[in-house]
Amino acid sequence: MGRPAPATREAVHPVAQQSEQSSATPTTGTDRVKRGMAEQLKGGVIMDVVTPEQAKIAEDAGAVAVMALERVPADIRAQGGIARMSDPDMIEGIIGAVSIPVMAKARIGHFVEAQVLQALGVDYIDESEVLTPADEAHHIAKSGFTVPFVCGATDLGEALRRISEGAAMIRSKGEAGTGNVVEATRHMRSIRAGIKALGTLDETELFVAAKELRAPVDLVREVARLGKLPVVLFTAGGIATPADAAMMMQLGAEGVFVGSGIFKSGDPALRAAAIVQATTFSDDPDVIAKVSRGLGEPMVGINVSTLPDSERYATRGW
Amino acid sequence: MTAPVIGVLALQGDVREHLAALRAQGAEPVPVRRPEELAAVDGLVVPGGESTTMVKLADRFGLLEPLRAAVRRGLPAYGSCAGMILLADRVLDAPADQQTIGGLDVTVRRNAFGRQIDSFESRVELAGVPGGPLHAVFIRAPWVEQAGPAVEVLGRVVGGPADGKIVAVRQGRLVATSFHPELTGDTRVHALFVDLVRAARDADPDGADLGADDGGTQP
Repeated sequence: MGRPAPATREAVHPVAQQSEQSSATPTTGTDRVKRGMAEQLKGGVIMDVVTPEQAKIAEDAGAVAVMALERVPADIRAQGGIARMSDPDMIEGIIGAVSIPVMAKARIGHFVEAQVLQALGVDYIDESEVLTPADEAHHIAKSGFTVPFVCGATDLGEALRRISEGAAMIRSKGEAGTGNVVEATRHMRSIRAGIKALGTLDETELFVAAKELRAPVDLVREVARLGKLPVVLFTAGGIATPADAAMMMQLGAEGVFVGSGIFKSGDPALRAAAIVQATTFSDDPDVIAKVSRGLGEPMVGINVSTLPDSERYATRGW
Repeated sequence: MTAPVIGVLALQGDVREHLAALRAQGAEPVPVRRPEELAAVDGLVVPGGESTTMVKLADRFGLLEPLRAAVRRGLPAYGSCAGMILLADRVLDAPADQQTIGGLDVTVRRNAFGRQIDSFESRVELAGVPGGPLHAVFIRAPWVEQAGPAVEVLGRVVGGPADGKIVAVRQGRLVATSFHPELTGDTRVHALFVDLVRAARDADPDGADLGADDGGTQP
């Protein structure tokens, strides 16, 4: 990704030319390896799991990865208390149970939880507002890690600040654990509108845009030129049905995280497979109708507008 | 001569990058999710992604058997990373019931280099690709553990803990790489595959219907 492909076979090959980047000995932890990993997940569904048994159900349903966490967001909401990184034993159990990538959540700013997760061999870390933040001012400096990070964002400026810290993948925040897709919709539309707006600006105006977005001007220029984020954009937060997933894809998501929506529903295996199929065929209403039949009870939802501000996860992080 | 129509299996994975690389090499790229779309192509790319996800979706949507039949009939195919796994006849370190399209007489080991923290970039010399070594990106990549007599080894890892492992192969009209040329902007592997598709189309009088099912049994 990144560089445009040469127009003809005779054209120079940009990568082959940059020999200083092309080490003869294998190099790990590069931006391209981190961002490229997320490129492989596109068009797929990443599912929250709390046990190896759930991870196996997710893999069998066609998940592209699983997200290991201590409690799904709906339970964190119901039970309260401080939500932290999972028990290492549980993470290792999940890694051992499946062959697909395993992600795990660290608290915002908790760089030691991130160090532990890297040492355990997780494939991606979600620096997540669903857990209780560990730092009220700073996110983790992510560039220094070998393991890649995904971070949540509510708008373009927040997405670019996370990328400047080293995030190799962005997801909408949504309002996790509610089964209500309204906040994810708001965030996807906001990020998309922000990207479109940059495309209409000239070079001079991009400086002001960078100031207003509170993001580095180089990243702002790159988004204006590409017409998209320089990393993969997924959606997350409140997705509970195949139609929710398909709607997010049509709004520009490149893939879907599903949290409580699967294992808080009546038939997790069936619902998980249905959401996977609806994500691949998000533009085909006949397929979505077919896979939406007979799924049993969806998770019980929460009306986001009745949530007090102190219980809103999307306002965590900045 | 019209541009060859080359499909990219678009169930999941880095489809967009392969479409762009094929277009840059003068092919007409099209996403393939349904048997009738497969029937219209001169060649097929199986992209990087999650092989377990792709094969489950192919099976559920009635595409797995048409894919196998097309490869048996001689449809040219190129697989990168997960695509290499799907074109292999035998897979190690996969879920017990993992199916593949098959066609390549190789045994492939999934996630052979390790987990994501072991993913890497390196230079790889590729037989049949002029212009010096490629800059190769390996992401939770497989390698070829064992290759049958009809398989030509195109490239191996140089240096590091996996020195000498086979990461690029060709057998007839099938090509596979462990790494992702679609992520680098270097389209020489795609050039090689587009040439192969053109040659196959010229050799087959029926040309464009190698992807089509003989019996017309598409759902």
